Amino acid sequence: MLVANDLAPAGARRAALTPAATDAAAVVSVQNLVKRFGPHTVLDGVSLEIERGQMVAIVGRSGSGKSTLLRCINALESIQGGTLRVCGHALGASDKGVLRELRRDVGIVFQSYNLFPHLTVERNITLALTAVKKMAKAQAVEIAHKVLALVGLSDKAQSYPEQLSGGQSQRVAIARSLALSPQLMLFDEVTSALDPELTGEVLKVMEDLKRQGMTMVLVTHEMAFARRVADIVVFMHQGRVWEMGPPEELFTRPRTAEFAQFTSSGL
Amino acid sequence: MNSFSLTHVGYLAVAAQWTIVLSLLAFVGGAVLGLILALGRVSRLAAPRRMAVAYIQVVQGTPLLVLLFLSYFGISILGLNVPPLLAAALSLTLYTSAFLGEIWRGCIEAVPRTQWEAAECLGLNRFGQYLHVILPQAARIAIPPTVGFMVQVVKNTSLASVIGFLELSRAGQVVNNSTFQPFTVFLVIAFMYFALCYPLSLASRHFERKLHVGRQ
Repeated sequence: MLVANDLAPAGARRAALTPAATDAAAVVSVQNLVKRFGPHTVLDGVSLEIERGQMVAIVGRSGSGKSTLLRCINALESIQGGTLRVCGHALGASDKGVLRELRRDVGIVFQSYNLFPHLTVERNITLALTAVKKMAKAQAVEIAHKVLALVGLSDKAQSYPEQLSGGQSQRVAIARSLALSPQLMLFDEVTSALDPELTGEVLKVMEDLKRQGMTMVLVTHEMAFARRVADIVVFMHQGRVWEMGPPEELFTRPRTAEFAQFTSSGL
Repeated sequence: MNSFSLTHVGYLAVAAQWTIVLSLLAFVGGAVLGLILALGRVSRLAAPRRMAVAYIQVVQGTPLLVLLFLSYFGISILGLNVPPLLAAALSLTLYTSAFLGEIWRGCIEAVPRTQWEAAECLGLNRFGQYLHVILPQAARIAIPPTVGFMVQVVKNTSLASVIGFLELSRAGQVVNNSTFQPFTVFLVIAFMYFALCYPLSLASRHFERKLHVGRQ
């Protein structure tokens, strides 16, 4: 595995994007990841392995670095140390231009949906298919309708984002990612802006996805959901993985005072 | 001496057409150059950013009147015989582009960062991000201030009279020289400018309202 650093020339960074063995069990492999914003260290040596088909829930207080970790996995942030391998792509210090290939394998859904307000739901979904994957329009529309059916919004294809509720918007955002058939889906506090009723419909979609074998990483404050559905729960604190393991084990027998305190205040 | 008559109004109306022609030239040229400047201003590369900033600051800091004289006399120094229309169109294009470049930069930056990010995460390259996601949204934001600035351009074409371009204001001076009825003549001219600008103001207000409703 080639690890580029900040000083590596552009050519070396390009070389960093090499497909690894396709049968690798780990979809995401993070070793000693360090992320700094100026003098402030946000991720301080994080290591993590995620296997195909797993749902991993990252929990922790605001500022613990959980969202930053997720953004690093999708190369939305550059990293200052450690290694990161995602879907067979080895990423060093990430270069946004070079890492576009990675984006084809990884879908991400944000807290604020980030749908394109000037496009219909259908066009939101087909845009990347036609513009990036160079797919014929008819085929792209067909896929759009298929993924909309998956999230239960077949009737909204011609609506504009402003005509949707928060829960519907978030389901469209999930459908938009799914349309690109990613190997890995990242969810960054996707229900934090929703009221409890709408949260339920989004979580249901995510649970369906898991049942279909999608590998997922979610940053969430929905402790009950993480406990019930996730395979692995990761508790982050001060930029480090504080505890990690199957939820039942973790929640019933917290090993650290910090996690015990977090679960007692969070549940 | 002859008094102000319908013949004069007809003469002014013909000159007003040249005001329109000059406005259109300034606007088309200014829009093309302005878009390049706006994209330069928001470029990730330092060189285009710096060049765009320098251009905008120099042009915005120069009176349009001076730009007109510079284009008119500047090109003649090169030994070329410049038609006033060309010199006027050139200086108004420079002037318009500097302001539109800055207005449109603001509109591009008004599109939330998260829209860039979402487009990037879908695999769109920088060009695709601009074309499909950012510019369509920036254009919606840009309509009211752009139309508002068009009104300024129409009125500022009157300065082209100083280099002998026969547009509405210059025609007004000509008519006044033969009728000696300045108040009547310039009242008619003011009305003609108003007739040109008012539809633009109306359009601007219409778009503003429409956009506001669309955002709710």
